Amino acid sequence: MAVCIAVIAKENYPLYIRSLPTQNELKFHYTVHTSLDVVEEKISAVGKSVGDQRELYLGLLYPTEDYKVYGYVTNSKVKFVIVVDSSNTSLRDNEIRSMFRKLHNSFTDVMCNPFHNPGDTIQSKTFDGIVSGMMVPPG
Amino acid sequence: MMPGSQWELPPELCCRPMAFVALTGLDVVYNAVHRAIWDAFCANRRADRVPISFKVLPGDHEYPKCRTKRTSYEWYIPKGILKTSWMNKHLNLVPALVVLFYELDWDDPQWKEKQSECATKVEIVRTSLQGRNTKVAVVLIQKKTPLPPGEDLVASERAATLCNSCDLSGKSLFVLPHTDHLVGYIIRLENAFYEHAQTYYYTEIRRVKSHKEFLNKTTHQLLFVRHQFKIAFFSELKQDTQNALKHCKTGFSFLSSFPDICRLCFQHNTPLDAIAQFRKHIDLCKKKIGSSDLAFEHAAWMSKQFHSFGELFDEAIKLGLTAIQTQNPGFYYQQAASYSQDRKQLAQQLCQVMKLQLLLLPLYQPFRKSMSIEPPDAEKEKTGIWTLQIKERDVPQSELIIALLSNAVAQFKKYKCPRMKSHLMVQMGEEYYHAKDYTKALKLLDYVMCDYRTERWWGLLTAILTTALRCAYLMASVKDYIIYCMELLGRASELTEEQKLRIEKNLIKVLMNDIPDPEPECDLSSEGVARSLWNDRMASAGSKLLTIEVQDYIPFIQCKAKFQSPSFHVDQPIQLQVYLRTDCPHPISFNKLAVILSNQEYNQWCVVECAGQESMSLLPGKPKCHNFSFVAKTEDVGKKIEMTGIELMLGSETGRCVFLSWRGAGGDAASTHEALQASRSSRRWGRGMEARRGMDWDSVTMQHSTMVISRVPKMSVKLSHQPPALNNEMYCINITVQSQEEVVAKDVKLTAGLKPGQDANLGQTTHVTLNGSTVCDDTAPALLPDVPIGDLKPGERLERCVYVKCVSTGSRVFLFHVAYSIDSTVEGRQIVCKCHKDETVTIETVVPFEVSVKFVSSKFEPLDRVAVDIPFLLMTDVLSLSPWPLLLASSSLQLLTMNTNTPQLQSQMQEVVLQTDECASECFCLRCPLLANSNNTVATGQYLISWRRKSSRANSPLIQTAVTLPHVILESVPLYIHAELPSYGRVRESLSVRYHIKNRTSLVQEVEMAVEPSDAFMFSGLKQVRLRILPGSEQQMLYNYYPLMAGYQTLPQLNISLPRCLTTNTHSLRRFLPQRIFVKPQGRQLDDASIAAA
Repeated sequence: MAVCIAVIAKENYPLYIRSLPTQNELKFHYTVHTSLDVVEEKISAVGKSVGDQRELYLGLLYPTEDYKVYGYVTNSKVKFVIVVDSSNTSLRDNEIRSMFRKLHNSFTDVMCNPFHNPGDTIQSKTFDGIVSGMMVPPG
Repeated sequence: MMPGSQWELPPELCCRPMAFVALTGLDVVYNAVHRAIWDAFCANRRADRVPISFKVLPGDHEYPKCRTKRTSYEWYIPKGILKTSWMNKHLNLVPALVVLFYELDWDDPQWKEKQSECATKVEIVRTSLQGRNTKVAVVLIQKKTPLPPGEDLVASERAATLCNSCDLSGKSLFVLPHTDHLVGYIIRLENAFYEHAQTYYYTEIRRVKSHKEFLNKTTHQLLFVRHQFKIAFFSELKQDTQNALKHCKTGFSFLSSFPDICRLCFQHNTPLDAIAQFRKHIDLCKKKIGSSDLAFEHAAWMSKQFHSFGELFDEAIKLGLTAIQTQNPGFYYQQAASYSQDRKQLAQQLCQVMKLQLLLLPLYQPFRKSMSIEPPDAEKEKTGIWTLQIKERDVPQSELIIALLSNAVAQFKKYKCPRMKSHLMVQMGEEYYHAKDYTKALKLLDYVMCDYRTERWWGLLTAILTTALRCAYLMASVKDYIIYCMELLGRASELTEEQKLRIEKNLIKVLMNDIPDPEPECDLSSEGVARSLWNDRMASAGSKLLTIEVQDYIPFIQCKAKFQSPSFHVDQPIQLQVYLRTDCPHPISFNKLAVILSNQEYNQWCVVECAGQESMSLLPGKPKCHNFSFVAKTEDVGKKIEMTGIELMLGSETGRCVFLSWRGAGGDAASTHEALQASRSSRRWGRGMEARRGMDWDSVTMQHSTMVISRVPKMSVKLSHQPPALNNEMYCINITVQSQEEVVAKDVKLTAGLKPGQDANLGQTTHVTLNGSTVCDDTAPALLPDVPIGDLKPGERLERCVYVKCVSTGSRVFLFHVAYSIDSTVEGRQIVCKCHKDETVTIETVVPFEVSVKFVSSKFEPLDRVAVDIPFLLMTDVLSLSPWPLLLASSSLQLLTMNTNTPQLQSQMQEVVLQTDECASECFCLRCPLLANSNNTVATGQYLISWRRKSSRANSPLIQTAVTLPHVILESVPLYIHAELPSYGRVRESLSVRYHIKNRTSLVQEVEMAVEPSDAFMFSGLKQVRLRILPGSEQQMLYNYYPLMAGYQTLPQLNISLPRCLTTNTHSLRRFLPQRIFVKPQGRQLDDASIAAA
């Protein structure tokens, strides 16, 4: 289960970021922000070969001592980042993928809301609920 | 030492090392006395007894063989750090001291024999210890209680001889009386043994140390470790834990460049293996923190590990390894820095604890800790820890961290990780802050802040700003302090309302030239310094004026300005609005608002300043609008007026004046994005309603410039003309100007002609003039500027004709610009407005007519060459292409080489009018004289046509169009023949034909002539004749032809040949002769009856 989940706009500013309340929130913000370096690099690498369908899931972005950071980019260049505790070895790649898929679906629902202005931060109870479900229960 | 596959501590590492002393000569199984002695050694080994491990060995025990020592390490390459058995060997196999027990009383009757037996036993032990420095001691077990020293002369004498024979020093000979006080004697012996053992280990250490100078760093990395470890171990055996620890650490620090394996992996270009190896190493070491009091040691060690690996990695890259973004040395430096930070934190915590301990020492018993090296006593251990802790306090932690971070920054910069770089720079800044180097801290933080601002990571920006504000406070940097306060109060700040209130209060204090309250989480000692700095700032007589460029921040006051319209007529007042809004929790007041415009003369109209005590204030979240208006100067017509800046003054002269300055029309680092979001927002549908209730801040758009444009002219300009224009004609364009002004239009000027900015060639091929009576020449300009017309009264009308001569065809744009000035009043101010009315027209120019020319023979047959001195015809056709009727006034030929064949050359075209597509033809009979030069191509001359439009006035000038006639190819004919015959014949009526044959050469020509018979004619005359013609003379031949049939009839063929001139044949001569003749039917006598019948 994730310790931090973030949605980043096309222009790389955060649309949604939530981390375990028990931990240093700022640290996760930095972790997500720095991971964008890798995301950008991966996106630009794909852009060079035009035509082939891009895989949305970017995989493990980079491992730190304590966390693993995974990335996912939608076709509209909105990025999802999931941070997982390094000690959590039970999580498989497939599970991470399915988390991203769930997140993407929920994000799509948010975008479909006619009252939501794309580019604004996400304020949705449903989305919150989905994210909560993917986070480690605090404590 | 390291069991490669698994990490299990060997038993040697787990036990407490003690000096090893071997006892020989004791028969513990069968001898009760010996048993008792052994028991006394073994039993009750409490902590108060010296740490010795005893072992009973037979007298002839074989000790491990000592290998021959190498004299040089030069060729020696170590296979590992330490042999696995080494520790065991020194713990259990190689004694520090071998004690030989021997039962011998001083007064033994067989002293001599016994003495030599003892010496033999000692010798045996010595032999088996060959090469080792192990000490040997002898203990004599005696039954009698010894006399006090010095009293027993026999004893001292015998002891001396025994020592001599055994080659022992006096200190190594002991006496153990087997009496009641055995345990007491044993303890004394033990202590003596312990001393010997210490000496032994000391010499061992010296020995190991002596190897050091033979080592070199390249191949003997491992030996350094080995030696350090050995020294450490011997020290430990010696119970010198301080030294042991020291050497252990040095060993480890050597070991930390251990990753020999890693280095080798890198060398073999298998970085992944190296990384995996390192990871394994780290995972093993990570959890082994050891003593919690010395946890910082572990952190430091970990940091060192990462640092070294980073360096190894970097080194490998320099040697050609390629690293990638996600796997570069930067990560290791970063982690090293992170461990250093942990170390610092731990050290700080522990040092605080230590202070407490120092105070509470009598109350608290020292705690026990588990170290692999068990210390001899808690007291010593405690002092050891304290020493280390005190030493730790002196470590320049921040410096180490910053060095590591900057290493990492350099790496991440290289591997395209700008955000990681920024993050590390923030950490560096924070570390400088901790190290109290605020200037450097601010420099770094300022540098990266902007990245976070442009990427809109407000949470991170707020955190950085908070640190920066602390720095600014602690160094009492007024300007920085205000800037950070402003941004922390702004909308991008994620501080709580409470924190914002506090900051605003501080900001207001600074504006009043007061000292702000300290920032939370600043340490107390720094606060004192800061306070005195602030006091100095307040007291200083320096300028209290500050200007802050806020555009690139997200300040708590937002400003947007706009001109009401993108353009204003000069007779309208220019209006502009400045919108202000504040995001801070409390209302804020300001004293002055000024807009700075590109033309500074207008600035005076765009200032609002508070009068007296009353200051203007902004309510949180409530936009406020200030309107300004001014009248533009007439000189500025056609110019742009731009806002170059907006200034808002906070504070007052009594305290501090802070000018917030925006460039252009305001806005800040976040406003562009906000405006974009607002424009996309679905709320815009409801905006109409919102706008009525109040202003929607986000939808206020900035308009930073406006054009001053001339007053709207009230003047009509009409053009009348008949397009298209004809090439070269004086095309007349009639302009009607009528004033609709209410007052007199003064100084009316007309500019007419080719509109500038078209193809440059058009300027040379277009000529404009006002004079239509003559055809203008090439000096006439393409554009007539500023033709004065005079004044126009209201309603007055004026006409002018402009003539345009276009020398080339194509379309042109003509401009008719009527400028005038008029007096006007704007907001009570008299201004002279310049107005102008433009009219443009596109006119096509076409050729008026097409002229075609051809040469024909007198028989009207087309000629491709012209025979010299023989008449021919020139035919011209003028085809009108003009949509308007053309008047061809006259035409003429200007001949160069030709002569006319007719005495008076007269044009057949006189005042001919050609409609569209009509054609006017002329025919001229010409003759080419014999030319002196041999050139056979000659120019003919020109055909001139004078013309004008039919519709133009009678006195309008005629246009001369010259058409160059084509060249002709000449040919000379040796013999010219022409026939003289009537224009028609009649059946059965004789007609006479006279042939003139002329010799054109300078030779006598012989001519053969024959007339062929014909069905249509009978004839009389010479049928065949041969004659000679003198040069230049002519022969005539007369024939009478008698036509037999009516209609066009072919004349009898004349065959002529020149036997002397073969180039001329019948055919070339025949072309001069008529071929046919029209023969009328036989005439009937006309009578009245036949006329009546007709």
